[in-house]
Amino acid sequence: MKFDTIIIGGGLSGLVCGIKLQENGQNTAIVSTGQSALHFSSGAFDLLNKLDDGTEVDIPANFISLLPSSHPYSKIGYDKFVKYCREVPSLFKNASINLKGDPETNGYRITPLGQVKKTWLVFEDFNTMNTAVINYENVALCNFNGFLDFYPQFIGDVLAGEKCKYKRVTLDLPFIEKLRHNPTEMRATNIAKVFDSEENIEALLKEINSRCEFASTIMLPAVFGLYSLAPVEYLKEKCGKKICLLATMPPSVPGIRTQQMLRKYYSYCGGAYMMGDTVEKADMDSDSVKSVYTANHDGIPLSADNYVLATGSFFSNGIIAEPEGIFEPVFDLDTDNDPDRSNWYDNDFFSRQPYMKYGVKTDHDFKPFRKGRILENMYAAGSVLSGFDAVSEGCGGGVSIFTALCVANKILGGE
Amino acid sequence: MDIRYNISDHNFEQCLKCTICTVYCPVVQVNPDFPGPKQAGPDGERFRMKFPDMADTSLKYCMNCKRCEVACPSGVRIGDIIQTARIKDKKTHVKLRDAILANTDIVGTMATMAAPVVNSVIKLRPVKKLMDSVMKIDSRRTFPDYSQQTFEKWFRKYAMKTQSTYDRQVTYFHGCYVNYNYPQLGKDLVKIMNAAGYGVNLMEHEKCCGIALISNGLIKQAKWQAGKNMDGIRKSVLEDNRTVISTSSTCILTMRDEYPHLLGIDNKDVREQIDMATRFLYRLIDEKKITLIFRSDYKKRVAYHSPCHLDKLGWEIYSVGLLRMIEGVDLMILDSNCCGIGGSYGFKKENYDVSQKVGEPLFRQIEQVNPDFVATDCETCKWQIEMSTSARVKNPISVIAEALDVEATYKANLKNQR
Repeated sequence: MKFDTIIIGGGLSGLVCGIKLQENGQNTAIVSTGQSALHFSSGAFDLLNKLDDGTEVDIPANFISLLPSSHPYSKIGYDKFVKYCREVPSLFKNASINLKGDPETNGYRITPLGQVKKTWLVFEDFNTMNTAVINYENVALCNFNGFLDFYPQFIGDVLAGEKCKYKRVTLDLPFIEKLRHNPTEMRATNIAKVFDSEENIEALLKEINSRCEFASTIMLPAVFGLYSLAPVEYLKEKCGKKICLLATMPPSVPGIRTQQMLRKYYSYCGGAYMMGDTVEKADMDSDSVKSVYTANHDGIPLSADNYVLATGSFFSNGIIAEPEGIFEPVFDLDTDNDPDRSNWYDNDFFSRQPYMKYGVKTDHDFKPFRKGRILENMYAAGSVLSGFDAVSEGCGGGVSIFTALCVANKILGGE
Repeated sequence: MDIRYNISDHNFEQCLKCTICTVYCPVVQVNPDFPGPKQAGPDGERFRMKFPDMADTSLKYCMNCKRCEVACPSGVRIGDIIQTARIKDKKTHVKLRDAILANTDIVGTMATMAAPVVNSVIKLRPVKKLMDSVMKIDSRRTFPDYSQQTFEKWFRKYAMKTQSTYDRQVTYFHGCYVNYNYPQLGKDLVKIMNAAGYGVNLMEHEKCCGIALISNGLIKQAKWQAGKNMDGIRKSVLEDNRTVISTSSTCILTMRDEYPHLLGIDNKDVREQIDMATRFLYRLIDEKKITLIFRSDYKKRVAYHSPCHLDKLGWEIYSVGLLRMIEGVDLMILDSNCCGIGGSYGFKKENYDVSQKVGEPLFRQIEQVNPDFVATDCETCKWQIEMSTSARVKNPISVIAEALDVEATYKANLKNQR
């Protein structure tokens, strides 16, 4: 089978790249080993929150020049970085995903543990915050009986610290109670499925109205709308009070919905999404990929003019750490890392971990190397790349989206 | 290094406990008594290894749709773990009803002998009620009609003689549905293959692929039938140099993957030559070895539904690719959702409600789209969709046969051969 571009990895980066290429007339395929890390999303995309030296970032574009040359943003460059900042909301809008927030300035989000953290754009479930202060009055901090991936106690402590009046409410609803048959799997997603019916949201609203008369703001875990935003909209519209949804521990309902909507839009644009398949080997010559073979397609080669590796980092098996080294498993690409294993990590769990910056080594065009030689028709995008620390710098979402756009534009020959 | 297949016998060790499988399990969404694929699969396996008695009855709620495996980012064969645990569990006895539902060959042979009687009797309310109360086969379920003449009989009588006149040859595994219920699909395949310059052969002793036997615990019989089929496949592939194709995604998944994974039957030597007819055709067209020419007056709005087992094979792209080649087909791809039937699963009284609830999102979308018909590669999906929506359902092969300009295609492929 012949495509213009084959993308390996169907998460945030792979999908953004695929969508951009399809929108511009390419015929592409995405091969994805199972579902992606968007299923664990915080409900927001970080762009750049902090520099390595601890400097806080308010307007990310202003700090690009201060990043080391190995950082993916440095390879993208200031001009394109600014352009992408403005482009991303409309790109997601095409897939019917509304991202909230100022695309040029960082805002804030509330974490599942109640901490206020910097972020860039948030999913539509959540309220935007311009300051680090939680500013709500008379909050009813609600949870569902038996739901263990949400921590009202911690959140309450933070609210109290902000001198915000709140009361904890545990909601009892018969159809949620049914989920407790299976306590280990009473997850955000299972609750979301129950609230796919308007009838059940009505029942929730009734319970809220009778239990939370005192409140002007209702805080609830973000467990609404697995396949579309409709339940969230319905809830917000019908409730007479201000609704404030807070992210839960994984799995993430807003993240899964975002993945589904991106995938749907990609397919709508004509892309071929091969879920549950894995690229196992490739036909290569010294400086290019000729075709790839997957587990499901037997001996049928998939070939393309260009290939994009968007397989994710350690968690998604895009990068593998073994005692003898760190490598990329599909093409055995060269990686940036430290040959001395004792330098990979810091014994203090909470300090910056050097291995976070390890990944596939690329040139300034995001072309990877194999045995020291550049692969001419291949690009790497997203968290498989080296040179950034998604956690300490707060830049994981941005790197995934921006490098995907940058690579797509290079393939299209526009930049 | 190959991560996905670098697996010990303890494949469940690859599980990260990420819960993604549970998100995509159609059963757990509507039946909270099912602990979900993670719990029933890799989590439970840990206990069952130590205490085999830990196998609990809730495993039977698994439909074996394999959606968990498709969603799993870590290559855990969750569905296989659950099915294997069911196979090993000695506590459950095979009920008469399950044996009847599972023995599609015997029931099919008997039913076709008296097809007109069976077809009308089985629709009678008192009969349905009786089957419901005595057999626990849900009375709300519609049974597929049986054909008066099996596909095999038709083939041997009308088609077999001319097949050797074609230069290239293929073997057709028709499966129970084509043989006993809907021979027309088999006839459609023969029509297409002949027009493309391929002669069609049947295996000498084709048996039911065995999926229903496996899911109803009749493992000994499943292994015996699988052995017979493997003999036929090996003769076709290794001696006669003919690929074995089928029009049923479940038959193909069973023979390619369930035989080695669940029955312990090695098929490595021939596995790649066990193929869907749609993939076989797509590949020949892609490699420019055959040409299909379609009628210009064929105009249909078609909604395509990918069966779970075709999703697991990862071959939707071939069926969709073929349908897209028909100029007059306005194709719409339905969202990837399980129809809920799960083979014999949905026929059982205790599963009927779950089965229908699982299918709801798919049914809703089909009614919204309101196509001329739905296309899908699975016979039980067809029964379920036809029973639960106003839409008619056709196999992509039948759509191609309908739209095909047989004369022009035949001529074009004569040229190809020269």
